[in-house]
Amino acid sequence: METFVDISDVALRYTGRAGSQDTLAVEHLNLKVHRGDFVAVVGPSGCGKSTLMKLATGLHFPSAGVVRLDGKVVNGPVSIAGMAFQNPVMLPWRSTRDNVLLPMEVVDPHRRQIRTNRTKYKQQADEILASVGLVGAGDQYPWQLSGGMQQRASLCRALIHDPELLLLDEPFAALDAFTREELWCVIRDLHQEKQFTCILVTHDLREAVFLADTVHVMSARPGQIIVSRTIPIPRPRPIEITYETEFAELTHELRGHIAEARG
Amino acid sequence: MQTKSAGFANIDWVRASPWLCTIGLFAIWEASVWVFSIPYYILPAPTQIGYAMYEFAGALWFNSIQTLWTTLLGFAMAIVFGLLLGLFIGWDKRIYAGLYPLMIGFNSIPKIAVVPILVLWFGAGWLPAVLTAFLISFFPIVVNVATGLATIEPEMEDVLRALGAKKLDVMVKVGIPRSLPYFFGALKVAITLAFIGSVLSETIAANSGIGHMMLTAQANFEVPLVFACLIALAVEGIGMYAIMAGLEQRMTGWAHRSGFNR
Ligand SMILES: Nc1ncnc2c1ncn2[C@@H]1O[C@H](COP(=O)(O)OP(=O)(O)O)[C@@H](O)[C@H]1O
Ligand SMILES: [Mg+2]
Repeated sequence: METFVDISDVALRYTGRAGSQDTLAVEHLNLKVHRGDFVAVVGPSGCGKSTLMKLATGLHFPSAGVVRLDGKVVNGPVSIAGMAFQNPVMLPWRSTRDNVLLPMEVVDPHRRQIRTNRTKYKQQADEILASVGLVGAGDQYPWQLSGGMQQRASLCRALIHDPELLLLDEPFAALDAFTREELWCVIRDLHQEKQFTCILVTHDLREAVFLADTVHVMSARPGQIIVSRTIPIPRPRPIEITYETEFAELTHELRGHIAEARG
Repeated sequence: MQTKSAGFANIDWVRASPWLCTIGLFAIWEASVWVFSIPYYILPAPTQIGYAMYEFAGALWFNSIQTLWTTLLGFAMAIVFGLLLGLFIGWDKRIYAGLYPLMIGFNSIPKIAVVPILVLWFGAGWLPAVLTAFLISFFPIVVNVATGLATIEPEMEDVLRALGAKKLDVMVKVGIPRSLPYFFGALKVAITLAFIGSVLSETIAANSGIGHMMLTAQANFEVPLVFACLIALAVEGIGMYAIMAGLEQRMTGWAHRSGFNR
């Protein structure tokens, strides 16, 4: 399989304000993600996981090393990536549907078509909302939705333009356990259907093992990948496997690596 | 039909209360003036003020309109200039960080101190009044618009920039709509300030306007007329504030409903 995201020997240094010290967030960071793969990145907090996301999308430039996406060196925002975060950041003056359609107003070629073809896009938004279990929620405002529903809508917004790359930065961290497991299945099904390449940052090891082909463990700052563990359980995985021994052993093994990483 | 006391019980006391309080205040005022026999040149009774208003209705009207114009002209300038400067300052977090302290510094100058300078430059008349209204009222507009823009959630910006959005896209789609509640909130404050500014300038150097009329009445010892001018100012001020508050409600209802900015 071809490599889609290629981060090779990358360092990133944040220059602090005058007086405060610079932060070397990541160093000697290497990560390869094949097209269509689902990888998870886990690591102690502050180790540079979010930084890795920003490097992969070209929102930040490496201080050293190279980031390639689809074979091309990244030297500006990549303009094809969908992103979702712990905070769903919906715009309160737009209906949920119009929030989901926001990327369409920005990316080519949709931005030139959306005005003239409003009905088609509206229908597309309603379809993707329905696929994550938000039937008929399009007309509601985001602040009328629960946290879990907002996060679903946020996933729809990240995927509406059929991005090749999806980046999820602890998207379910603020949700309760039941909602979180529901959303694992939502993501699993969306990935199965659309086959995008996905990088998921999480601090929930069960989440990582349940969803990913490969789980990468990062060291404490400056972050680098210290262990990459392939998850041999065939996909798509039913939620029940989270109670099986093989699953428990994998999470347990990863927990050991995290403990090492924290030193 | 068992609502015998319907007439009384159906009164919406919350809505009636401001009117009742206003009427009550004037009644107490009227009564106190008579009971303590306060001379009219210290504190005229509302009826005496009312008579003065009737007597000088023409002049009061003319000068009120004059003050209204100077205020609105200064206010309009403040909106245009405030919006532009607010957009500029809020455009980039670095500009915001650099200019914000300067703005605070500018705003802490008591504006009354600039009136003599304006008079020096432009002579006495309506122009210094317009400029004072403008100077005193643009600040809250700038600060609020800039704050609305500069406080865009970083995640929102990342979502858009990872889609290849330019800064202008981010501003048009997110920054400007999100700063509207701040903008309309600022208009309420700004109109009141503009009014203070124009009247202030009129009382220092002008040849028309309510401020000037008050000063003349005071010099002639027409105390009821001084108070009549005050009442005219109050009515004008409340009216303008109410229009701005209504406008805010209409334009940014979503902000109230969603609890934005609370
Ligand atoms: N914009 C920034 N400016 C300065 N330092 C930053 C910035 N963003 C992150 N950092 C620092 O870089 C380190 C890694 O941050 P981050 O990638 O957000 O970690 P994680 O997501 O793993 O918790 C942290 O120490 C953080 O304080
Ligand atoms: Mg993070």
